[in-house]
Amino acid sequence: MSAVISLQDIHKTYQTGSVEVHAVRGVTAEIQTGEFVAIMGASGSGKSTLMNIIGCLDRPTKGQYLLDGTDISKLNRDALADIRNQKIGFIFQGFNLLSRTSALENVELPMLYWHRHLNGREQRARALSALETVGLAERADHHPNQLSGGQQQRVAIARALVNQPALLLADEPTGNLDSQTSIEIMGVFQKLNEKAITIVMVTHELDIARYTKRNLIMRDGRIVSDTPVTQRLNAETELRLLRDAQQAVQLTV
Amino acid sequence: MMRILATLKIAARALRRNKLRTLLTMLGMIIGVGAVIAMVGIGNGAKSQIEAQIASMGQNVVLVFSGSFTRGGTRSGWGGAGTLTIEDAEGILREIPGVVAVSPEIRTRAQIAAGNQNWNTSIQGESPEYFDIRQWPIVSGSAFTAQDVRSANKVAVIGKTIVDELLPGEDPIGQVIRVKNVPFIILGMLMPKGLSVQGQDQDDLIIVPYTSAMKRVQRVTTLGSIIVQAAKPSLLSPIQQQIIELLRQNHKITPGKDDDFTVRNQQEIAEMATAQSKTMTLLLAAIAMVSLVVGGIGIMNIMLVSVTERTREIGIRMAIGARGRDILLQFLTEAVTLSVIGGILGIGSGFGVSKLIAAKTSWPTLVPSEWVICAFFVSAAVGIFFGFYPARKASQLDPIDALRYE
Repeated sequence: MSAVISLQDIHKTYQTGSVEVHAVRGVTAEIQTGEFVAIMGASGSGKSTLMNIIGCLDRPTKGQYLLDGTDISKLNRDALADIRNQKIGFIFQGFNLLSRTSALENVELPMLYWHRHLNGREQRARALSALETVGLAERADHHPNQLSGGQQQRVAIARALVNQPALLLADEPTGNLDSQTSIEIMGVFQKLNEKAITIVMVTHELDIARYTKRNLIMRDGRIVSDTPVTQRLNAETELRLLRDAQQAVQLTV
Repeated sequence: MMRILATLKIAARALRRNKLRTLLTMLGMIIGVGAVIAMVGIGNGAKSQIEAQIASMGQNVVLVFSGSFTRGGTRSGWGGAGTLTIEDAEGILREIPGVVAVSPEIRTRAQIAAGNQNWNTSIQGESPEYFDIRQWPIVSGSAFTAQDVRSANKVAVIGKTIVDELLPGEDPIGQVIRVKNVPFIILGMLMPKGLSVQGQDQDDLIIVPYTSAMKRVQRVTTLGSIIVQAAKPSLLSPIQQQIIELLRQNHKITPGKDDDFTVRNQQEIAEMATAQSKTMTLLLAAIAMVSLVVGGIGIMNIMLVSVTERTREIGIRMAIGARGRDILLQFLTEAVTLSVIGGILGIGSGFGVSKLIAAKTSWPTLVPSEWVICAFFVSAAVGIFFGFYPARKASQLDPIDALRYE
């Protein structure tokens, strides 16, 4: 198995005024193809900074980062933009869809910045098939403000998938969602992971992390724990249990 | 190509999102470009009108005026001091090669009468060649002849207005008209010309042999001016020079002293007449340019606001893989779309305004197509120039900061 992500002694320091903030202090880790990893930690633990580095939005101050075999540490802005476009799919806490733009057009967006330009019909077909993957094909013409939070996040996942990246990166993907929708989204992730898509997710919710296969815990800029998930939750089962529980409540009331 | 289309689509959508703001920003461009086009239209219309008038002076004409135009810093006007004589005119025709026709000229205003009507009009004394030089045909009757000039006959050719005022509804040919109580027989009527640029009635005149004007109307022995026609345009300057030499000699002006006459060729007159309108056009165009710059600043302002407002969108696009250049292009396209649409509307409204002015004031207006093309490209350039800074600012945003922006 080849490593999608290979981090070698990654450091990141920020200069905030006269104070030097050491956000990440020597992280070494490998994530293989087909893994489903949750990075956890309290706020200020450096997980967001590490996420930005993994997502090629930022470069490490020190250390080597290989993404899909490419050394990211030495690339310039434009090259990083291309890497983000082709190798990484981003999913954000706040969905970050373009408002006043239909779901379909939001999903088409990454293809706009692609090198090998597709014609309009191909773009549409690919965007539609990505929406189908997340079960939202029938809402393709809806605008974000006509969609629920869970649906918006599904559009965002479709957008992340459309360029067939090597890696899906999700930053608190369930942070703005209620528990049932959160489980639904985790179900989408699990299904994608079954198709051998590598997913790295930042979360601070322990129960959400239990849907993944491996948990990395960060504290003070270091990885303090790296454990496989033993009692993994299955989103479909959990949803069924939740529904049963809801029905039970309705019966008794 | 696809990319350009997609970028244009994004720009159009962004502009549609804030219709009022887009319209107000465009208004700056519309007014700027509209003002330029309207000013150019008016200026060019005036120029073409003046050129037409100069052309109506005749072809390859040199004018000799009595008295110096600029002596002592004041202009004495046509025929101010009577220093030109019939001998001067005959000398020019006889001695200067390349001169094909000469018309000695004397002008005055006088009261005229026919029957029980009277009228104040312009009296011009000319030679028969005048009608050829001016290319002013006689539509009924005939011109006077060289014989009429020699004998200072009391004959006249009149303009249409004279007929309308003194002999309405009658055939004027053969009728008698009294100029300062001297009876003249009407030989012919000139083709009507209508109003000049300045609004003067060009048909309100009587033309008589210059000898008759001198002896019977004005009672003077000198001419006001001499119209000289050259064989071809290239001869204008040499003929002008030779006239100066000949007249200085005839008038016995010693070297170092000022001429007591003024010689102007047609080109100089045309230049003098158009210089003023040119200055005016330039001045107005400069003002119009200022409003164009103001319009550009408006675009820059709105684009800066737009970049700040859409920081998050820029962050999303960058996270998804947009390069700095893609963002730059997107905002630049938006600015150029804004300015070009404004420019096109401005060209349209400029045309409208100049047509309106033409209709209201009877000034003709004329917008040359090169100015239209120029206005189009200038408005595109304004968009690029004033849109560049905001677009560059957007393209240099840090994706992490942009995504975090609220």
